[in-house]
Amino acid sequence: MAELDTSYWVSTLSRVLYIDLTKKIFWVEKREDLFSKWLGGIGVATQLYKEEVPKDADPLSPQNAVIFAIGPFTATFPFGSKTVAVFKSPLNGYFAESHAGGRSAVAMRAAGYGAIVIRGASDRPIYIVIDEEKVRFRDAAILWGMRSIVTVGRILREVTPNPGRRAIMRIGRAGEQLVRYANVTTETFRHFGRMGLGAVFGSKKLKAVVIAGNKGYKVPNIAEYRKVYREILDLATKSELMKKYHDLGTPANIIPLNKIGALPTKNFSSRSFEQAEEISGEKIAETMLARRVACAACPTACIHIAALREEYEDEKYFYKIDFLSYDYELIYALGTNLGIGDREGLLKLIRAVEVEGLDAISTGVVLAWATEAYEKGFVSKEDTIVELRWGDWESYINAVHYIVNQPNEFYKYLAMGVEEAARKYGGEDFAIAFNKVEPAGYHTGPLYVIGLITGSRHSHLDAGGYSMDQKILKAGKEIPPPEKAMEMVAEEEAWRQILASLVICYFARGIYKPPLVAKALRSLGYGMSEEDIVKLGKKIYCEKQAIKIREGYDPSKVRIPKRITETPTPLGKIDEEYVRKAVSRVRDVIIKFLGE
Amino acid sequence: MVSKRLVIVDPNKCVGCQLCVLACSQRFGVAGFNKSAIAVRSAGGIERGFVVIVCRACEDPPCARACPVDALIKRRGGGVILNPSKCIGCGMCVEACDIGAVLWDNEWMKPTICTHCGYCVDHCPHGVLALEEVGNDG
Repeated sequence: MAELDTSYWVSTLSRVLYIDLTKKIFWVEKREDLFSKWLGGIGVATQLYKEEVPKDADPLSPQNAVIFAIGPFTATFPFGSKTVAVFKSPLNGYFAESHAGGRSAVAMRAAGYGAIVIRGASDRPIYIVIDEEKVRFRDAAILWGMRSIVTVGRILREVTPNPGRRAIMRIGRAGEQLVRYANVTTETFRHFGRMGLGAVFGSKKLKAVVIAGNKGYKVPNIAEYRKVYREILDLATKSELMKKYHDLGTPANIIPLNKIGALPTKNFSSRSFEQAEEISGEKIAETMLARRVACAACPTACIHIAALREEYEDEKYFYKIDFLSYDYELIYALGTNLGIGDREGLLKLIRAVEVEGLDAISTGVVLAWATEAYEKGFVSKEDTIVELRWGDWESYINAVHYIVNQPNEFYKYLAMGVEEAARKYGGEDFAIAFNKVEPAGYHTGPLYVIGLITGSRHSHLDAGGYSMDQKILKAGKEIPPPEKAMEMVAEEEAWRQILASLVICYFARGIYKPPLVAKALRSLGYGMSEEDIVKLGKKIYCEKQAIKIREGYDPSKVRIPKRITETPTPLGKIDEEYVRKAVSRVRDVIIKFLGE
Repeated sequence: MVSKRLVIVDPNKCVGCQLCVLACSQRFGVAGFNKSAIAVRSAGGIERGFVVIVCRACEDPPCARACPVDALIKRRGGGVILNPSKCIGCGMCVEACDIGAVLWDNEWMKPTICTHCGYCVDHCPHGVLALEEVGNDG
């Protein structure tokens, strides 16, 4: 494969900020070696992970590292809004990756760093403030243990500079208490949600990372750059490609998925929800939508914020209004999957999950399993403390706080994820997880499951198998043979490695096709051809797979919960044999990719 | 000649994407925020919406009066034009603008001054900004 040009653009990206929390020191290294070869984002972060995290490192020990990376399109083209975080996951013990927007990526670029590596662990709670010149280590004793993550953000907003050009990433109490699926929240409404980055922060006694800066970069080919920029902006605003995300946002999917019978309900025991209409994107927008907001550098504004107005019980005409962002995955995990059709109740549960700093998907799946385990007698009221019943959002709110406080052994296990809990208490048949990771809300068919098992971060967005399933359904086609299915999933995931290296929001994948990516890179002085780019994606895919295999991951040994194969999908029941056959081909795919 | 000035149509429509800010720096061939004469920040938390800061094109601009070296010349239609060769980078103009519309270029150590060109208007996807005619003044 052709080496990339070590162009001016590469040199502007290649400053890597190293922060050692144990020694409380920092330094900057020029890593043109990485940014010229691996673009940025996930390409570079994967290599830094290889350098930083030993194979046997305990995810919650100082040996784990947190790596943030951005890429050549960050703050440069529309949708260049995402930061990639890489770390070893405390949920499953493997290499993990999580993306978030807000202002995090743009702030890193403005501060002058292509990547940030956080090593070691502090002996006491701290937060760090990063700007163009320095890193400040500041005492977080006041913030530690604070009830709401929203308040933490409010305080940091007051005491740090550069409003509007700043990212405030922070953890809630869930991260402090090492809940294995705690998240990191940035700009109040965006999250490094999956795989437990919040617990890694917590283990390092790192409450928050504030990043701000003011740098801009002279573009090499300005005429061409302006032209491509305009083309992308027009595609975003004048075509139908992004409309769905702007109008209703991701919750637009609730009704269509319910209709085809692919909406996981009550712990995947059903695939449609009788009250889906009540908590649909349409209904929430009509009754509660307060504002739509965007990540920096994104014209679409998919973030939908609802206003929850409540009257105080003890004082008439005295109201409080809370603003809560909602997305498809939250409505599934904390709504349909828990049998909650009460809109306000759902919003209140979302609020509880938000203020604690928990990943909504994992929390919902864990609670759904707990409900069924209680219903079936695997656990008793003594364990659950509250009566866990489908639809009972008030009990679930209590349970969310128990997951964080862990008052008994049962909740200690719930805080470790559904896999650990079911291993201890039984009920594995209905403990919905792949590689110990609770899945997003699609019961579309086998390609989705193949993606979850083999995807390098076990996310629905790795390859978008749920979308492939739906295309097969719509076209009335047969499911492809397992070898072919595996290839389709891997090819798509490989391409998305490029998006995650540039770094472009996956929602804009319909705009950023290979020819456009090549053209946009050229305007920044990169000499890669379309073919080079596609090959690089495959190479990054293989790098990530290799790291996980080294860490003990084996796709052929992944548990497939019985429930997943029992509840039919729109494409019929998922055949375990078929899935097993497909995922056993991962090594062949890697060999094929490496040979290209 | 008809002069124009940049106006905010409706700040409530602002989604905080900051594409106007990126557009403004693009005029100087720069990707980033540091050459921008327009700023967007949250109104005390994103849930409360956004503050969009643009030059109001004052008829009697305090920034021009504060400049000790006459680097800011009154612009036809309101606001000012910067003569960078006169500017000594003292920052008095920034202090003089109560709405914070005189921004600062850290690289050149001089203010960034809105020229009311309307480049940002074309980049706003949500109709927050517009160019308004100030009147025909010959």
